[in-house]
Amino acid sequence: MSGIETSDKGASDIEPSNEELSDVVAELRHVEKYFGSLHVLKDINLTVGRGEVLVVIGPSGSGKSTLCRTINRLEPIDSGEILVEGKLLPQEGKELARLRADVGMVFQSFNLFAHKTILDNVALGPRKARKIPRAEAEAEALELLDRVGIKDQANKLPAQLSGGQQQRAAIARALAMHPALMLFDEPTSALDPEMITEVLDVMVSLATQGMTMVVVTHEMGFARKAADRVIFMSDGEILEEATPEVFFTAPTTDRAKDFLAKILQH
Amino acid sequence: MNLFSRYIEFIADYNIFHAFWVNITLTLFSGALALVLGTIAVVMRISPIASLRGASTFYVNVFRDIPLTVVMVVMFSVVWVQLQVSFSSDMSRDFYILAIIGLGMYHSSFIAESLRSGINTVPLGQAEAARSIGLTFMQSARIVILPQAFRGSIAPIGNTIIALIKNTTVASVAAVANETSGVMAAALEFGPQFNFLIFFTFALGYVIIVIPVGLLTTWLSRTLAVMR
Repeated sequence: MSGIETSDKGASDIEPSNEELSDVVAELRHVEKYFGSLHVLKDINLTVGRGEVLVVIGPSGSGKSTLCRTINRLEPIDSGEILVEGKLLPQEGKELARLRADVGMVFQSFNLFAHKTILDNVALGPRKARKIPRAEAEAEALELLDRVGIKDQANKLPAQLSGGQQQRAAIARALAMHPALMLFDEPTSALDPEMITEVLDVMVSLATQGMTMVVVTHEMGFARKAADRVIFMSDGEILEEATPEVFFTAPTTDRAKDFLAKILQH
Repeated sequence: MNLFSRYIEFIADYNIFHAFWVNITLTLFSGALALVLGTIAVVMRISPIASLRGASTFYVNVFRDIPLTVVMVVMFSVVWVQLQVSFSSDMSRDFYILAIIGLGMYHSSFIAESLRSGINTVPLGQAEAARSIGLTFMQSARIVILPQAFRGSIAPIGNTIIALIKNTTVASVAAVANETSGVMAAALEFGPQFNFLIFFTFALGYVIIVIPVGLLTTWLSRTLAVMR
């Protein structure tokens, strides 16, 4: 648990209003996944606590993005169980759509709807998946855009924005659903260096406001600053699981030591 | 009197404007039907349900592979003559409606394929983002995928519509009277000395109809292109 007190005004906006919530938001039990003959997830067991910021790191091809994408079933799994808010992930269909509405997702390539304005992008989910009236959804969308600092871009198309602005709009789009959990799949990997900070700033502020987050990233600074727990993956396995202080100062496996030595030397 | 003025006098007996009007209305109705059927077919083609995908693939391949003339003959001699499918007591109205259905189904297969190529221009991430905010398959298709796919396939859809305009002349084999190819055949029969001028008249009529459609699709495909 982050244990960070949320005196910030914005905090109440993102907390789910449900009264009886368990401490566990997502749970993965013995999850296995193959891409053809490639074993990409090997017996993954993981719980994500409410308000927790879990950072997943590891080399390319370690399965960390796949792990992230299984949590809202963008990647189906071959065996094991995934529970979100205590419920098993349903098969494809209306049930799954309902569950996905509660899990926000931010992609590496932003994936804003290219033919819709930024405002429409953010208001679309609440309007169509939650049946919230247009005016209400748009008013909240503007608030969210203001919070991520791009309110003045509301009526532009995604292609007219910088990468950093697009990613912040994508975060606002996910927040608009009032998700119980936010998944970030390498959110800064497609950004120019000077735009990484503006996106990470938004993520850090979400983290301090108590949002439950699973973040796949190569940004070690973010992991140190915002993570409650770091997991290190390699070849489809979770090799280490520790607080950021412990992981960055005293990694236990050779694979993690090797990885950290390579990325931290510059 | 020179040849040209004699031709004007001759051709005035044939209601060419009405003939073209028949083909234009055939185009409008069967084009609308083709767009609707083609859209349904392509949504089935990308749906998560395997049986719908199979049915769509079958439908598209059948109508794409059979010559239009055969489709139209079937509409007349099988559907109307043998199966006695009828929509009114007026035979010519039946032929007209059956021709629209035949033309619509035939061209819907090409519309579906055009749209499918349009869908391939929409990055996979668009569908993933749509699903991740809780949209159902139909909502994702209707709100996110198809609008972008249409805008990405205006040029090939325009080509199909242009082909349809000219293909409406095949309606004569489904017994639709008074359309251009029938009127042209009659004119040729009674005025063989004017054959070149008759051909030229009808060809010119089609060129005049098709040119604006081509210009419109080029303009639309430019202005509606999705910025990425």
